[in-house]
Amino acid sequence: MTTNANPSDETNGVLMQGDEACAEGAIAAGCRFFAGYPITPATEIAEVLSRRLPQVGGKFIQMEDEIGSIAAVIGASVGGAKAMTATSGPGFSLMQENIGYAAMAEIPCVIVDVQRLGPSTGRPTSPSQGDVMQARWGTHGDHPIIALSPSSVRETFDLTVRAFNFAERYRTPVILLMDEVIGHMRERIVLPDPDTIELVERAGTTVPPEWYKPYENFPLDVPPLVPFGEGYRYHITGLHHDERGYPTNRLDEVRPWLERVFRKIESSISDIMIYEEDEVQDADTLVIAYGVTARAARQAVEQARQHGHKVGLIKLSTIWPFPEEVVERAADRLHRVIVPELNRGQLALEVERVVGRHKVRRVNRADGSILSPDDILDAIKEWSR
Amino acid sequence: MKQQRESRVHERYLRHSKKFPNVWCAGCGIGIVLGAIIRAVDALQLDKNDVAMISGIGCTGRMPVYVDFNTMHTTHGRALAFATGLKMVRPDMKIIVVMGDGDALAIGGNHFIHAARRNIGLTAIVVNNATYGMTGGQYSPTTPLGARAATAPYGHIEHPFPIAELAVTAGASYVARSTVYHVIELEKFIAQAIQKDGFALVEAVSYCHTTLGRINRWGRAPDMMRRLKEQSVTVRQAEKMSANDLKGKIVRGVLTDRQDMIEYTKLYDQIIERAQEEVG
Amino acid sequence: MMAAQYQVRLAGTGGQGAILAGILLAEAAIRDGKNVTQTQSYGPEARGGASRSEVVISDGEIYYPKVLQADITLCMSQEACDRYGGERSRSGLLILDSDHVSRAPTTMAVRVPLTSLAKQVTGREITANVVGLGVLVGLTGIVSREAMEEAVRARAPRGTAEMNLKALRAGFEAAERVRSGGA
Repeated sequence: MTTNANPSDETNGVLMQGDEACAEGAIAAGCRFFAGYPITPATEIAEVLSRRLPQVGGKFIQMEDEIGSIAAVIGASVGGAKAMTATSGPGFSLMQENIGYAAMAEIPCVIVDVQRLGPSTGRPTSPSQGDVMQARWGTHGDHPIIALSPSSVRETFDLTVRAFNFAERYRTPVILLMDEVIGHMRERIVLPDPDTIELVERAGTTVPPEWYKPYENFPLDVPPLVPFGEGYRYHITGLHHDERGYPTNRLDEVRPWLERVFRKIESSISDIMIYEEDEVQDADTLVIAYGVTARAARQAVEQARQHGHKVGLIKLSTIWPFPEEVVERAADRLHRVIVPELNRGQLALEVERVVGRHKVRRVNRADGSILSPDDILDAIKEWSR
Repeated sequence: MKQQRESRVHERYLRHSKKFPNVWCAGCGIGIVLGAIIRAVDALQLDKNDVAMISGIGCTGRMPVYVDFNTMHTTHGRALAFATGLKMVRPDMKIIVVMGDGDALAIGGNHFIHAARRNIGLTAIVVNNATYGMTGGQYSPTTPLGARAATAPYGHIEHPFPIAELAVTAGASYVARSTVYHVIELEKFIAQAIQKDGFALVEAVSYCHTTLGRINRWGRAPDMMRRLKEQSVTVRQAEKMSANDLKGKIVRGVLTDRQDMIEYTKLYDQIIERAQEEVG
Repeated sequence: MMAAQYQVRLAGTGGQGAILAGILLAEAAIRDGKNVTQTQSYGPEARGGASRSEVVISDGEIYYPKVLQADITLCMSQEACDRYGGERSRSGLLILDSDHVSRAPTTMAVRVPLTSLAKQVTGREITANVVGLGVLVGLTGIVSREAMEEAVRARAPRGTAEMNLKALRAGFEAAERVRSGGA
């Protein structure tokens, strides 16, 4: 028997794997190019897209390595296609230089990292949330980035669509940080009606080619990117560049670019922030979680409430930029914040920065097993004593 | 008449909004290759909008910025991988990928052999100056055995890669080699490569008088240019020479020109047809 | 308040089909209108090595997707039984393939020769996982028999639906024999 998805009754939904939901989300988002290299636990995304993309007129290629994969994705995006690659930790490390290129040249693309236990080869089939900081600072130099992290199969579909929308709207690489559990888990999901999915298409330009500046200091901070081959001949480079894309060493050209690329993300925080609050109104203790850990956290919070603890949950779907204001607002009223993660404390560093170290309790696991509701419940109880 | 046309043809392809002079040293061969590319594109009467030039890092990597095509200066070694993505999305574009020997054969060696193996319709031009010029003359994958380099102060102990022969073995549709001395021939090969449907490689043997030439006391630019003339033999001449006589020689000519292979994006179109037939 | 929830663990040696059995059970649960999650763990081998599939079935939303304490455990190898046989909850059900498991940590286990039954009814040992599903569903009613049959029919590769349904029904019948005291 095969393990391909087999739609059952439509009203009841279908059983779908997280990796597959990512691939289907990409198709729904309008992704028409994928380049990747096989790696556990992300391989299923490539397998599904090798079958699905040509069905919708899109293209799939298995490159010789992950460096070539992200390069091909950026090349395809320059050609006008919504493009994606998917990998796991080791491949994500290899992609970092070109992720920086996409940030520098402002080329929309989506990079999926189904996190597995590291460092190095680690444990390929074991989950982890160890790439949170790599998603933020993995490439050299200062640059803005957007990273999203789903905690269910359905959310994987939705956030993949959002990742493409953000990539196109803000001309930036967007990272979808999945984890092995979410990637390999199968879950009942009901997919949204394709007509109801909001899609962002790449902005075109109305100016004639001789006026077009691909890096113009545009009022909305995101100048339109016209694909190659459409009569707008311009230059793209990983060097610092002027508004036309030509290399420059002039401070009066480098500085406005740097300010603009950060501003384009920072001024749109409210659009980019995706999170859910649960029972936070009267809470004196808050759990901040994301990815698979948010599921254990939700169960722990519900159990703790049954025991009379005033505890709430913020489930973060947007990890980068870090939702400072959301956490700050909630933390003002709170005594304690618990941050469970499948790493030695990565997003906790950001929470500590915002609310102060004395308020934060980390609950960590970085051995390939996942945190159970009891692990988090124990931390809630311990602190409520 | 031809002479007159030549002096103007570059002007029509160079970017006037980009401030010259260029980054290359006086006497460098890279400009000669750029000139040959421009004349080949002009002779083929290609629409500039349909031409892309993509490069990696290094002296040759700076070539695209000067020409009025769709141009992209990518990361070190990865130009062919970037170009692969662009070609798949824009199969009708003529994509010229310009690389140096370090860019194409060291850091980008894997992409080089796999782009050739896939037979994807890219025109790869490797300017082989046998060194890393931009960083100051370190040894590259094509530095001759025994030469000195900034990182081989006691002499080089590695064997050079035969770039063109490697491309033949890897499966390229068209492979040719010439030098920056043999400009007319180089231009002809580049035009043939651009016209080729599948993966086409032109190795343009050049030199770096500023680094490797100085370190090895090989003389100034004209001296090194003269060496290209003296050291090179045609494919036909080479056939009659012994292996010993061929040592240190540059074999010029078309090494392969295959008609039996379908280009990659055309094959992929068949995949799309098959997939769409299956879903109905 | 959390809704009623059942946690099922299916374990065996890679290649025995424990993961596929979990997927089939999960698809049957969806046909019954339930929420479901299915997770797995396996070694790097495509065949051999320990393999485990976990299914959580609920009327409500499922937060934690893995099994914390199994209500039902099916072990198809001695190694699986050594590892998970004692882990089930006190009231939980332990089903063993007696063709592969000789020692169990409890006398309360249900022992069915899944592999020889599979060979008998379909001629293919590979269908032992489906026989096991039949026993599991027949004994517990965790999903309806109709939904289980539909799930097997829908996922069976072309031309093998009848064979797999035979295996499933052999499991249902074995469950009846267990209920009536025989085995």
